[in-house]
Amino acid sequence: MYTQAMDIPGGPKAVAAATPEEAARNSAFDARIAADLKIEPRDVMPEAYRKTLVRQISQHAHSEVVGMLPEGNWITRAPSLKRKAILLAKVQDEGGHGLYLYAAAETLGTSRDQMVDALLAGRAKYSSIFNYPTLTWADMGAIGWLVDGAAIMNQIPLCRCSYGPYARAMIRICKEESFHQRQGFDIMLSLCKGTAAQKEMAQDALNRWWWPVVQMFGPPDKDSVHSGQSAAWGIKRISNDDLRQKFIDATVPQAELLGITIPDPGLKWNEERGHYDYGAIDWDEFWRVVNGDGPCNRERLATRIEAHAEGAWVREAATAYAEKAAARELAGKRAA
Amino acid sequence: MVAAMATRVATKTTSPEHIDYLLRLGDSSLVLGQRLAEWTGHGPVLEEDIAMANIALDFIGQARLLLTHAGNLEGKGRNEDALAYFRDARAFRNVTLCELPNSGIAKGHGQSADYAFTVVRNLLFCAWQTQLWAALAQSADAELAAIAAKSAKETAYHLRHASDWTIRFGDGTPASHERAQAALDQLMPYTNELFATDAVEEVVAAAGIGVRGAELHAGWKSLVQAILDESALKMPVASAFQSTGKSGIHSEHMDYLLIEMQSVARQHPGAQW
Ligand SMILES: [Fe+2]
Ligand SMILES: [Fe+2]
Repeated sequence: MYTQAMDIPGGPKAVAAATPEEAARNSAFDARIAADLKIEPRDVMPEAYRKTLVRQISQHAHSEVVGMLPEGNWITRAPSLKRKAILLAKVQDEGGHGLYLYAAAETLGTSRDQMVDALLAGRAKYSSIFNYPTLTWADMGAIGWLVDGAAIMNQIPLCRCSYGPYARAMIRICKEESFHQRQGFDIMLSLCKGTAAQKEMAQDALNRWWWPVVQMFGPPDKDSVHSGQSAAWGIKRISNDDLRQKFIDATVPQAELLGITIPDPGLKWNEERGHYDYGAIDWDEFWRVVNGDGPCNRERLATRIEAHAEGAWVREAATAYAEKAAARELAGKRAA
Repeated sequence: MVAAMATRVATKTTSPEHIDYLLRLGDSSLVLGQRLAEWTGHGPVLEEDIAMANIALDFIGQARLLLTHAGNLEGKGRNEDALAYFRDARAFRNVTLCELPNSGIAKGHGQSADYAFTVVRNLLFCAWQTQLWAALAQSADAELAAIAAKSAKETAYHLRHASDWTIRFGDGTPASHERAQAALDQLMPYTNELFATDAVEEVVAAAGIGVRGAELHAGWKSLVQAILDESALKMPVASAFQSTGKSGIHSEHMDYLLIEMQSVARQHPGAQW
């Protein structure tokens, strides 16, 4: 995932060009956007476009990395060796997504160290979904099925995003996310076909994850701060509410197939709209978690900070060794 | 000729030593894979998180093949999961080296995992596996020979990874050198078990199925020594310490590892996942 935090207030806005040169550069950029051409790292781009992308791509990268924690929590307890291997591979994939995305963001001139520092200092956001705890094995099913499922909905339009490196990273990532979604659904299917206790575990997971997942698509369109500008720049092509609707429409029949109940009494097929209606979303809850008071915000950040601090000597050793090796190579060349 | 005869014997009646031997190999891979998987999400740098998860995944893969094969030969209907999740510590046959916590051998909870301990353990274990797979590629147990051939490729990468980092630590900063040397000093006594030939190994070696631990020592030592030389790390003085995990007498750390690994499976006996 996970682009939800994109629409949170406080980000850069497009501003009028300050100089004629800047205006000329902006119009070259506008022409490329209008022609639906990709913007590449060396192309001219308005500063606000660059900032918006760095913010969105780095948030996305942080989400992949922080997202390793709730699922990593169950690798050592996976109930079969096959599931253990699949989960391990999935969490490894998420780390890989983090790497591609940091690399894509770096093409915009911000280093990975800067981005990671912003995360650890609490200045950068990541997807709020990872601030919920994973309490049973069934959560591995629910996350794959719903969270990766929602991620795909969000990310498929990003494969056509105007910024080339981000769009290309998304194409690669989306392929893996769809594997994750199927694997998650498969965990749920095994649980739902299993013992009464297993099925109960699956229902409990759906109960806990449903609303946070529905919130992942971000605030309703009427309250969404940046969507207009992002749409004009070819970054965000489908609105939060449309993506949310698409996700709900796709997921209801899957829950029926599993034989478990989505915890929304307001969920009902609307013949006229050709969509499911759904109940009121608790946006207070959403904002509480976004603003740092979700069940695991503090734990997730503390865990990242600790891993980073504990790993400092490892990174220092690698740097020191690389410097020594380079110096030796240079000395060898001089001697030869 | 001898190998062909042994294969025929093995398919007719499998000796308990043969199964025990497969469990040693499979359990060692499983338990080390479990330990390495504990790092996922907590590594010192994202690339290492990914690399260590990848290595853990290979170990779990080896374990699945070896345990499945052991279960088939045993013929009591135990598959990989029955063996992994429903045996107690006394029935596990992994070498003790693999079960030691990532924090090192000191006891007590709340200790931080030590990447030097993890890396140096991988070096010592993967150097051993390198020798082992080369020998087992000729095994009279054709399935084991195939697993060995497949695993050898993975182990070459694991050994390379562990060697690179051991060298970086040994020849990096004074702090990393000290950590790597301390890890080596803690771990080396546990390698004695790898080379202590016992009755099980005598039986499988005589049948052309397995290899005597002692036969792997010289090759292992020169492999490890070469990396230590490049790392400026000192080979610790040999000790008489003997761990005995491969006979089912483990360290105090083992039961904790199993309690965690087996918890969900044992809460739902008979369930399919
Ligand atoms: Fe991902
Ligand atoms: Fe994913």
